[in-house]
Order: sequence, then C-alpha cells, then structure tokens
Amino acid sequence: MKTLNRRDFGVDLGLALAAAILLPATKARADDMDIHIDNFVFQPAELKIKTGTTVTWTNRDDIPHTIVSVGKFRSKTLDTDDKFSFTFINAGDYKYFCSLHPHMTGMIKVE
Amino acid sequence: MSGHDHGDDGVSRRKVLECMTWAGTGVLWTVTGGVPRSLGIIDSAQAATAAVPGMSFLQISDSHVGFDKPANPNALGTLEEAVGKINAMPAKPSFMIHTGDITHLSKAAEFDNAERIISQSKLDVHYVPGEHDFLDEEVKFYRERYGRGTKGQGWYSFDAGGVHFIGLVNVVDLKAGGLGNLGAEQLAWLQDDLRGKSKSTPIVLFAHIPLWTVYPEWGWGTEDGGRALEQVKGFGSVTVLNGHIHQVMQKVEGNVTFHTARSTAFPQPAPGAAPSPGPMKVEDTKLRSMLGVASINFKQNEQRLAIIDTPLQG
Ligand SMILES: [Cu+2]
Repeated sequence: MKTLNRRDFGVDLGLALAAAILLPATKARADDMDIHIDNFVFQPAELKIKTGTTVTWTNRDDIPHTIVSVGKFRSKTLDTDDKFSFTFINAGDYKYFCSLHPHMTGMIKVE
Repeated sequence: MSGHDHGDDGVSRRKVLECMTWAGTGVLWTVTGGVPRSLGIIDSAQAATAAVPGMSFLQISDSHVGFDKPANPNALGTLEEAVGKINAMPAKPSFMIHTGDITHLSKAAEFDNAERIISQSKLDVHYVPGEHDFLDEEVKFYRERYGRGTKGQGWYSFDAGGVHFIGLVNVVDLKAGGLGNLGAEQLAWLQDDLRGKSKSTPIVLFAHIPLWTVYPEWGWGTEDGGRALEQVKGFGSVTVLNGHIHQVMQKVEGNVTFHTARSTAFPQPAPGAAPSPGPMKVEDTKLRSMLGVASINFKQNEQRLAIIDTPLQG
C-alpha cells in the first residue's frame, strides 16, 4: 500500500498562492498525491493538500467506479487499473463520491 | 464456454451431463392467480411446472457481459449456459425478466453480445437497468435498446396472467452517501399506475437494487424504496424481485415477499462477510453452485408463498 507516502509537505499559504498562479498543468510535482480504490474504499478517504496539487485516483477493484464532486469534477467510469487526475487550483473543501456506489465517499481539503 | 469445452467432440457424455448439472440459469416463478411461487431453478422447477397450471415466468439477473476478471473470466459463457438451461425446460415460461447489469461497462459490443445470447431463449424479456448499464457517456445504449415505450429513465408496467408487473429504475441520480434511488417523478408515476387497481390484483415490483434495506453499509438498499412499498402494501399479494447482490436473499413481510436472484456471472459475499461487496473468487468447481436463475409460479387461491431457490449446481 503506497497511499500515504507523500504527506510530508508543509503548509505554507504564501507558497500555495504562488503555486496556484505558476502551476504548470502537465508536469507532475513532488507533492502530487495518489488515492487508491481498494475494496470499495478511497484510501486515504481524506486528504489535505495545497492549491496546485494534482490528485490521481487509481481503481484497483475488479468493479468499475467513478469519482464525482458535484459541480466540480466528474471522472469517466474507471475500469480496473484506470486512473483519473484532477488539479486543484482553488482552495476549499471538495467532497466527492462514487456515483455507482454512493456509499463510497471522500474529501479533499485544499488550502 | 468458461473453460469447459463440453461442446467439443470427444468429450464424454458423462462430462457433458456434469456440466449441465451445474450450468446456471435463473429463478422460475409460476403464476396461477393470487400468489407468486418460486419453483427454484429449472431442474426442480420442471416437475412442479408440469403439475401447476397457469402462467410461469423466469428471472435472470446480473449477467455482467464483458466482465473478465478472475472471479469468472467468461461471464458471457455462463450466461450462455443459463440460456441453454432455459431452452432445455420442458414447459416454456411465458416470458423472462432481467433485473439489470446486463453488461459490465455499458459498451455497445457488450449489449450486442448479451442480446445475441439472451435472444436464443426466444422469450420476451422485460428489462430494468442496473448501474452497470448506464455507464456510457450519453447513457443511451440501454435506453435505445430497451427503453422504447418506457417512462422517465426506463420504468414501465404491464399485465400478464392476471398479475400487474411494474419495472422500476433505482440506479440513477444516486446521492453521495446514499443508497439506490427512485426519485419523486417515478414515485408519482407509480401512484398513478396503481390508481384504480383492485386490491386483489397480484403485484410484482422488479428493480435492480433491492427496494428493501439489505445492508446499507454496502449500499444494498433503496433510499426511497419504502415510499414505493407504502403504495403497494394494501394489495393482497406483492412480490418484489431484485438483483444487484448476486445471491439469494428473501423475506416475507405481511403480504409482501422480497426476493433477490443470483447472478449468471459471479458471486458476491454475504453482507459483511468480506472487506467489500466486490466479486468473490471461489474455486472453479464451486462457481456454478453460486450462479443461477429464478423461476416464479403464481398459484391461484394459495395464500402461502413459497420461494425456493436452487443453484445451478447443488
Ligand atoms: Cu463505485
């Protein structure tokens, strides 16, 4: 399980604001984050990140899932091992869920 | 066919028979008036069907055509086995209902393959969608194929053998943290559909996700299912048929009988018996004991409801 290995970033609001402006959308950054879906669970279920961070979800179940944050973003259906990435430009709380299995929920806190 | 080459020449007849024994089908129900009665899978159903006059119909579910993971690398093959079993029945059911998840990923080819196999039963099939049938971007494949003459997202009703059948859709507009969902529009339609019906009319509700709360921790239930059940509880005989959970589960509550059918594709664990409701990998020799179909018998003047399911392989 490699879901929790990149949480060692510091919280620096000034830096976060700068990142929001300068963010190169295509390049993976050191503090980009991964979330895995295993056994119908988002791991980690809650994530605190800075603006400009790209989060990538990977479905490791044998059943398709989706990642939906109403009004914010919506993935296509992810089959086994499919990935979905979203870059968080704006601060705020992003609740999200799987529209196929709505009991699967997660939260991204962007500051 | 799912790794068993029993269609090939050179395979012994004994082997063929073994395969047939555990080939899965659905639940056969017979209808002769007031009360629905499940006769279990085809083998045990055969004798009973011959003895019981009246209408019978078949339920199959969760074919997941396109699924190819270890739990069953050939979901199309086991569906084909199920249809083979249906075709071997001495008494042909009047029609079939399919309670959703026809496909796994709502791909055009998956719908085509499912249709090609299921149509070999030469039975009328009444479908409701599962969440896996609504995955295409525009959510149109299911509706273009099966949605003609239906309301809203695909709900409808019809009459057969003196029974009023109602197909409901509870796999759209699901809310975060919630369960299956019928929605206000469908509930209003249901009320309208039932208006003026004699309370002695037997009612069969069918939908993909159970309308009753089986296990909310896994989303096995319908948020507003109770509001649909409220509308039918005054009727003398109500049967609620579902799929989605890939295992037989039933309960009787007053005049309402709830029943879920097996999948023809792969088993899922009993509630809470595993970390998730995902496909359950069982020994190859056991797989077909966990797949099946259901048959339903409506027996006139019979107040007691018996639902018996038998797997494809004992
Ligand atoms: Cu899901």
